[in-house]
Amino acid sequence: MRISTTEPIVELKQASKLFNTGTTALADISLTIDSGEFVTLVGPSGCGKSTVLRLIAGLESPTDGTLSAPALSTHQHSTAFVFQEATLMPWASVFDNVWLPLRLQGLSNQAARSQIHTALKNVGLEDFAQAYPAQLSGGMKMRASIARALITEPQILLMDEPFGALDDFTRQKLNDDLLRWQQERGVATLFVTHNIAEAVFLSQRVLVMQARPGKIIHEMLIDQPYPRTPEFRASIDFLQYCRELSNTLERAMLSEVTPS
Amino acid sequence: MKNLSDAMLPILTLMAVVCIWEFGVRWAEIPSYTLPTPSLIFSTLLANWSSLADSWWFTVKITFGALLLACAGGILIASIFSLSPSLERAFFPIAVVLQVTPIVAVAPLILIYVDSTTAALLLCAWIVAFFPILSNTVIGLRTIDRNLVDLFRLYRANPWQRLKLLRAPSALPYFLAGLKISGGLSLIGAVTAEMVAGAAGRETGLASRILEASFRTETPKMFAALMLLVLTGVLIFMLFTALSRLLLARWHGAEPMGHRHRNL
Repeated sequence: MRISTTEPIVELKQASKLFNTGTTALADISLTIDSGEFVTLVGPSGCGKSTVLRLIAGLESPTDGTLSAPALSTHQHSTAFVFQEATLMPWASVFDNVWLPLRLQGLSNQAARSQIHTALKNVGLEDFAQAYPAQLSGGMKMRASIARALITEPQILLMDEPFGALDDFTRQKLNDDLLRWQQERGVATLFVTHNIAEAVFLSQRVLVMQARPGKIIHEMLIDQPYPRTPEFRASIDFLQYCRELSNTLERAMLSEVTPS
Repeated sequence: MKNLSDAMLPILTLMAVVCIWEFGVRWAEIPSYTLPTPSLIFSTLLANWSSLADSWWFTVKITFGALLLACAGGILIASIFSLSPSLERAFFPIAVVLQVTPIVAVAPLILIYVDSTTAALLLCAWIVAFFPILSNTVIGLRTIDRNLVDLFRLYRANPWQRLKLLRAPSALPYFLAGLKISGGLSLIGAVTAEMVAGAAGRETGLASRILEASFRTETPKMFAALMLLVLTGVLIFMLFTALSRLLLARWHGAEPMGHRHRNL
């Protein structure tokens, strides 16, 4: 059904995750993300959205099923992760924070300098290279966090409710910017959010999950011109997609009550 | 204007106290072997300067020697604890036992077991200074942002990079808070142990001068030595406060220390 003909960047096949506590976090999850695609996961809290991201990042391994990422294994640091909090090192300047992924690869401050400045310029933080995280606003911290994620030129970007703590205005601005950065690089993005409007605006596909056990119950294509323009937010189509997604989510919550 | 009065207030208060002391003692004609005037204490300090300065230097050496050993031991043991939680469970109670035992009570034993008085004094001061550094560093090493740990894993950081770029800087504010407490405690430990040891030996510190003066009822000299001790304690506190400001100012910003416990 997907328009893109490129090979998948990541493929999860019937993956399950059981925690040591005995809870089934994920049951039989299958999903594919193609290169350059923007996919969003939505669902009630505790449905395992974050666990899906952690599986793909390799921070956890599936109890059952397989994760294949043929393109990723060959290229070091091809996965980037953006957390709900900016997760910057408070003791390091913005420059040093963005340098971190390259530094861990063994790249010196000098060798990485121009790359870091370009990355900071891209997210609009060129004047804050020497600032410390405590001096930045929430939105600026998140920009620094995204600059750090993109500096390795990843092939897949995993984002776990990155804008959840920001005010609406900042969130909208960052949504617009994120789409631009994502398009410029063609980086496949898997995004987690609680915000329906954000999911509809950003994604080409939205996967709806339910909890206990976490599984994908619905896939919704947002078949609208991509990348999105700010006008899309004011269109009738946008509202219809939002309503449809909202209804699907409600069903996901309801089905949780009746045990399967 | 406000900053000026903030800085002046404690100085003015102190000066007022000294003046009341000086003139109160003169007015009430209190004999100097009971309570000497500040001016007499000061002139006694100058008159005995060479012997007091030598003793002061000895006490300072013991204090900083013990503090250095407490840092080394505290950091080393905290690192071992953070690598092995079962070792922490096994040995932390022993550290607590060391901490809660009054040093005055164990000092006589230590003086029996350890031949060299200097070594015994170092050990006593170390026991007192060690615990705040250990427990603070243990908490610091435990309070690392989980997401940052994941980030370092994602980018395949090696153990050395994790220690240098993540664990050490995360624990630094906690370690410095411990150091500030231990600095003062180390001085107290050094003086207490020397009090117990008595005035024996050639190389002795300020506590021995105080004891000596008390045997001879040289009250002004006791006060002079006491003043040096107080001054030293205040200077140690100021030194470590300045050090932690210097090291933490930039990244703590407006965030006070107490708020950093949210990850616990």
